[in-house]
Amino acid sequence: MEIQEKNISRDNFEQCIKCTICTVYCPVLAARPEYPGPKQAGPDGERYRLKDPEFYDAALKYCLNCKRCEVACPSNVKIGDIIQRARLKYDKKPVKLRDRMLAETDFVGSLATTVAPVTNFFLGLPVTKKVLNATIGVDEHRQFPKYAGCKFESWFKREAAPAQSQYSKKVAYFHGCYVNYNNPKLGRDFVKIMNALGYGVQLLEKEKCCGVAKIANKLIDRAKHDAKINLASIRAAVEQGMPLLGTSSTCMFTMRDEYPHLLDLDNADVRDSMLLATAFIARLVENGKAKLVFRSDYHKRITYHTPCHMQKLGWAIYSLNLLRSIPGIEMVPIESACCGIAGTYGFKKENYTTSQAIGKELFDSILAANVDLVATDCETCKWQIEMSTGVPVENPISIIADALDVEATIKANRK
Amino acid sequence: MKYDSIIIGGGLSGLVAGLRLIKKQKKVAVFSLGQSALHFSSGSFGLLGSVDGHLVESPVDAMGSLPAAHPYSRLGKDHAASLVAEVKGFFADAGIKLKGDAGRNSSRVTPLGMLKPAWLTLEDFVTADDLRNKKKCTIINFKGFLDFYPDFLGAKLEAAGMKVNKAEIVLETIEHLRKQTELRASIIGRTLKDADIAKLASQINAVAVDSDVVLVPAVIGYTSDKHFNDLRAKVNVPVFAVATTPMSVCGMRMQTMLRRRFEQLGGTYFLGDQVSDGHFAHDGRLESIATVNLGDDRLYADNFVLATGGFFGHGLVAEPKKVIEPIFGLDVEVPSDHDLWVDKDFFATQPYMSFGLSTDDKFHPLKDGKPVVNLYAVGAALGGYDALKEDSGAGVAILTALNAADIIAK
Repeated sequence: MEIQEKNISRDNFEQCIKCTICTVYCPVLAARPEYPGPKQAGPDGERYRLKDPEFYDAALKYCLNCKRCEVACPSNVKIGDIIQRARLKYDKKPVKLRDRMLAETDFVGSLATTVAPVTNFFLGLPVTKKVLNATIGVDEHRQFPKYAGCKFESWFKREAAPAQSQYSKKVAYFHGCYVNYNNPKLGRDFVKIMNALGYGVQLLEKEKCCGVAKIANKLIDRAKHDAKINLASIRAAVEQGMPLLGTSSTCMFTMRDEYPHLLDLDNADVRDSMLLATAFIARLVENGKAKLVFRSDYHKRITYHTPCHMQKLGWAIYSLNLLRSIPGIEMVPIESACCGIAGTYGFKKENYTTSQAIGKELFDSILAANVDLVATDCETCKWQIEMSTGVPVENPISIIADALDVEATIKANRK
Repeated sequence: MKYDSIIIGGGLSGLVAGLRLIKKQKKVAVFSLGQSALHFSSGSFGLLGSVDGHLVESPVDAMGSLPAAHPYSRLGKDHAASLVAEVKGFFADAGIKLKGDAGRNSSRVTPLGMLKPAWLTLEDFVTADDLRNKKKCTIINFKGFLDFYPDFLGAKLEAAGMKVNKAEIVLETIEHLRKQTELRASIIGRTLKDADIAKLASQINAVAVDSDVVLVPAVIGYTSDKHFNDLRAKVNVPVFAVATTPMSVCGMRMQTMLRRRFEQLGGTYFLGDQVSDGHFAHDGRLESIATVNLGDDRLYADNFVLATGGFFGHGLVAEPKKVIEPIFGLDVEVPSDHDLWVDKDFFATQPYMSFGLSTDDKFHPLKDGKPVVNLYAVGAALGGYDALKEDSGAGVAILTALNAADIIAK
């Protein structure tokens, strides 16, 4: 009896009843049949690996870490975690230069933004793409996200920070690498909305990359180092009574779930305080604690794409409810499917074909929906969808900010 | 968040309850821990296939002979029969076409070629009625597909007096899969494209020249019946599907189509989220629930439906010497004498198969002996019946779900 009670691992791996429902919903398996699939790569393989690490199968690198297997599993087995932990533990191959460059979003971003026009010019050149393809294996079909001339942090300190002290209610903001180096407008949109709702915004004392790309590329010590700095800053903010809000579903997912599951960092004390901005705002609106007033001249036909990590977080409802509350928006529903990029995965030459094959179902349904704009909470989904369909993609926060009647919202939230 | 009704469990009974309710109410949510037992569907629904080991001819008539604790007896024979009459139309509204008649059981064909009683069967699946007066049958299989058994099936059909022709078909798309992975029904279903269906049809026409019926493994059409209809339009003789071993492609299809219809009508389906607890008011009503993903954003509703299933769906959990309902700690009807749980003869009727929640006559589960009056238990969480021995799992799931939804919406 004692054995029965104690025989539950952190991944719930003993609960797998071999039903194979996870394999049905694995986006990789259909596009790349040589991938063993989540059941074999996860709980089945783990039984062997526990006996002898020699059983580790290098094909586990094809896993996107999308967690759709976990979402599908009726027995609550953390299949995706089992696979990723196995990669980190057993794959002893050295990390390639290319993978390091793709993973060091912080470092590369800092360098690139200092000389943004030059970086963007060179990354846009076909010859650069050919060279990157041939030398380090970054696929030549990829469009690189543009680097901004001015970092979000610099803008915030110069333009926004002084005004934040006038608000009695405050939130802390985790902007992430994408907002800082590529799309500062999203950060500005977030500040605009929060200020209109009567909330001041503060940046963390010290913010590092959330680490998703480092984890995916096995730079585990670097990821842990950054995660500890982030957690310390988050704790300091939460102690001051601020929730930590973010505008990237993947950053939030990584800090909430991958820190404890893959980096063995306990975040239980602050986990519930880490929220996606749309979740925080939708809850305020739902509970009558805030009001958004929208312009009458905003009209768009929009579809919402649920990023895999958003599906795992279970928070798509919040972004959807906010978008649906904008009177000028016509929402076209599409079925949830993986876009295939999975962060740095799709940038690698050896994964390009798989990445596009996985995304095809989604691209077709987006094109058939005939929309002005796709809304999504993940930046890498944005790059993939824009490159593959030509349809512009925006974060729901930017859409809300564009549709917002700022003056009327400020008035409505002034008590 | 606040809903009119919240359904816990997103399988057959949860989706039926949700779909029925969203037609009458504005805000309905379904929470599902993961994908459901529909993924093991045979392509048929059973209402009542046998009672005490005897095959039932008319399930509606036989409902009258069931013990008082059986869910059908508790619904009442007449009420159950009136719900039965609505089921075909209810599924047709979601695009799921079913054939069959509750006045007389038909026979579905198992992957090993056995006949089992069935109430309703998906339009594309074969029943014994479809084979009546047929003289020669061609059974198709894909090269290397091991979850379908033409030899067993063929032997049964030959024994019944039919001529059988077996043909193995090679499709490039499936060959590509076969060389790299385990060839399963689900991956074939997901991979086949329009062009493959056309190629398949022309190959079938070439091998089934003098047959009057063609049987294919049920691997076609995992999100709609479009591909199967395309195949039928292109093949010169009637084509029917025969169930494979799981994953069930038609079950994936039913799950997708029911959910799609529910969402089209404005319902919200939360997949991969686990209900972690409930708050009960002083009068015993369930006020709100919390889930793992939504954390401290509690979910309020006027009514709740518990469609969490039995042991497979974790609606019931067996622990050493006890069986519990894991979310709310509801009362479970279990003999206190542990020796009465299991019959040592493996193939005998197993008592634990009919364990379930204690409920009052309106299917309100009891908590500490008192009914929770805004909570309804439906489907496999209920006790008093043995879905396996009776072939009644789908019938109980559908009828109790419709019944609960009707009481709530009244």
